[in-house]
Amino acid sequence: MSLSFILFFTFAGIAVLGAVLVIVAREPIHSALSLILVMVALAVLYLLLGAEFIAAVQIIVYAGAIMVLFVFVIMLLNAGVEERTDWSKLAKYAGLPLGGFLLLELAYWLARPAIGSGVAHAATRAEAASSTRALSEMLFRDYLFPFEATSILILIAILGALVLAKGDE
Amino acid sequence: MSAVPISYYLVLSAILFGLGVIAFVFKRNIITVFMAIELMLNAVNLAFVAFARAHNQLDGLVFVFFVIVVAAAEAAVGLAIVLAIAQNRQSLNIERVNLLKF
Repeated sequence: MSLSFILFFTFAGIAVLGAVLVIVAREPIHSALSLILVMVALAVLYLLLGAEFIAAVQIIVYAGAIMVLFVFVIMLLNAGVEERTDWSKLAKYAGLPLGGFLLLELAYWLARPAIGSGVAHAATRAEAASSTRALSEMLFRDYLFPFEATSILILIAILGALVLAKGDE
Repeated sequence: MSAVPISYYLVLSAILFGLGVIAFVFKRNIITVFMAIELMLNAVNLAFVAFARAHNQLDGLVFVFFVIVVAAAEAAVGLAIVLAIAQNRQSLNIERVNLLKF
């Protein structure tokens, strides 16, 4: 059992545990904190896969910015315990079996050797340093137009959020 | 050193996505439903990174970057919509948001 296996199973377990806690928690704030746990665990897994730039972005943007926004809105709206309503029969009797079936099916197809036969190679130190550089070169050369398009998307999102949150005069 | 097969990451991604779907269907709070969407996006990102590593190509990482950017924009607009709905309906329960329900 090498170190990478131990790390993988530890943080995979933490991620799955956090995802389950998101579902079973009754208070939205507990769900949000569990989701942050999932995101941090995933960032460690990205590091294990040799994608340290994505790991940093995951921590800064996802666990930092987006989840702070969620927690802020939860506190602003004073969201308490989730109301328990009688679920529609469809959700009750078809939702859980279908969800579990989808989960099993996805896991089965992804685990087939035809797709998942590759083995993750650990990035050596030199390779890891060049990975972020190669990523930035690709981002600003091959994907320059989509990159600029996302900046316009962000601008529109800011304006949209302002207009929506302003409410009626 | 690292010899964790790619399929392990993909199975984890599938499990997280399935849990996200279950959360999306079962949660009744509109903010928590929104969090389920973020959980699914995270699961997909993990699959992207795993495939990028398996094929030794960086395009997958660029895609993850764009997914994170779009998720940030989506969170900003979506939470503004949540605020508007909460002011309008005085409730965060999605059962109360049923104007379009047949």
